[in-house]
Amino acid sequence: MISLEHISQSIHETLSASLNATLVLLIEMAIAGVLVISLFAVLGLVLVFMERKVSAYMQIRLGPNRVGYKGFAQTAADTLKLLIKEGLTPDGADKFLFNLAPLLVIIVAMLIMAPIAFTKGFQLWDINIGVLYVSAVSSVGVIGILMAGWASNNKYSLLGAMRSGAQIVSYELSAGLSVLTIVILVGSLSINDIIASQQNGWWIFKGHIPVLISFVIFVIAVTAETNRAPFDLAEAESELTAGFHTEYSGMRFALFFLAEYVNIFIVCAIGATLFFGGWMPFHIGSWEAFNHVMDFIPGIVWFFAKVFALIFLIMWFRWTFPRLRIDQLLNLEWKYLLPIAMFNLLLTTVMAITGFYIK
Amino acid sequence: MFIVDYIKTVYNSVTSLLKGMRMTGYYFFNHKEIITQQYPDVKQELPERFRGEVVMLHDEKNEHRCTGCTACELACPNATIKIVTKQELQPDGKKKKALDTFVYHLELCTMCNLCIVACPTDAIKMAQTFEHSVFDRNQLTKKLNAPGSKLMEGVE
Repeated sequence: MISLEHISQSIHETLSASLNATLVLLIEMAIAGVLVISLFAVLGLVLVFMERKVSAYMQIRLGPNRVGYKGFAQTAADTLKLLIKEGLTPDGADKFLFNLAPLLVIIVAMLIMAPIAFTKGFQLWDINIGVLYVSAVSSVGVIGILMAGWASNNKYSLLGAMRSGAQIVSYELSAGLSVLTIVILVGSLSINDIIASQQNGWWIFKGHIPVLISFVIFVIAVTAETNRAPFDLAEAESELTAGFHTEYSGMRFALFFLAEYVNIFIVCAIGATLFFGGWMPFHIGSWEAFNHVMDFIPGIVWFFAKVFALIFLIMWFRWTFPRLRIDQLLNLEWKYLLPIAMFNLLLTTVMAITGFYIK
Repeated sequence: MFIVDYIKTVYNSVTSLLKGMRMTGYYFFNHKEIITQQYPDVKQELPERFRGEVVMLHDEKNEHRCTGCTACELACPNATIKIVTKQELQPDGKKKKALDTFVYHLELCTMCNLCIVACPTDAIKMAQTFEHSVFDRNQLTKKLNAPGSKLMEGVE
């Protein structure tokens, strides 16, 4: 059966046969870069369209349905519009930081893409501290947001950026703690080890109550980390016009927009990897026949199905829940999520030591 | 007790959020009743009393009911209507005032309906049309009486 692993390996072998190792590495890096950038572009188009359609369906509307077949070309048309728009830099802004901020945000989003395993053996960078790397790099994104807010020389932007800083710093804790529960159960930080440990069932089933709790905490925390409603205080249209990207226009605005959606994809990919087995098909214990049937569906399909299911969940949150105030937001984190996450971590540790989970 | 209250708060908030998600989820998966009106394709049936613009009624013989009494012009609060009258020769040799042009400035009209109320012969009424946008403002100044039309028999 043809698989992405075979394709990538055969490309590597063909290149190695004729070129020296450094050149092969460079070419492979270039291919990977092109793939990541095209994935970004496609994700931006697909997710924005999906968001608009989902929101429309939830609000008993139709959503975009004019451009292209059933409106599928709507986001492409929007992107084209943003490309030809003027990228304005305000006079009072710090020009260098103002122009750097969107690039920083998008580069951070690209960096987190590195350790994500799309299917068996199809991964940019297999590091043994994949989970740690992701949680470390994802916090760098807030610097881009703070930079954008501060360089704009606009009180709304600054307020939005400061809120975003407070929010991400707070929610990083419970996101980290909920990720740790899986790390404790697996005993490894490597993304590949985590996926391999779910060979006989996903952690959400194997780890029952503690993992379920940590999954709920993880979803809440990453919704906050990606600055999405009901935690979109960094943007808060009704209060701060557009928060940190008030002053941005044209392609720089589009980069922030793209980064938001790519970040959603990435956190959902991490969530799918940790709790739903990444590309691992749906396996039940030792039911050989059933597992074999499930293996016929390729890993990449499983991966994207899980990721998009999680993205749908997060979109569902956005179009249902009212926005929190900043004090309520921090209350939720420090008074509810963090204590529950810590208690849950203790519970998981006890469970891992006593072996009270489905092996 | 503190712990009981804490758990109760968590439970209540989670259930209320789930209730909301059930509602939106129901709408998402039961996409039948849609409130969007697909305007240019499907035009909505407007109510009888919708006021779009003033029109003059003509029958099949190209006759209207306007006597040129200028009651509507006087009733209009912002000079939307201008009636030009002429002296028409009657068959018995007498001259009689009759309507020449009913000038209607749509750009000034507020659709207040006062002219229709004022009209003693029910010559004008409000139409349901509302797509009035034009590129030239002069096109909004309309002549309401059709060319060659005359007063209906028996309308005084």
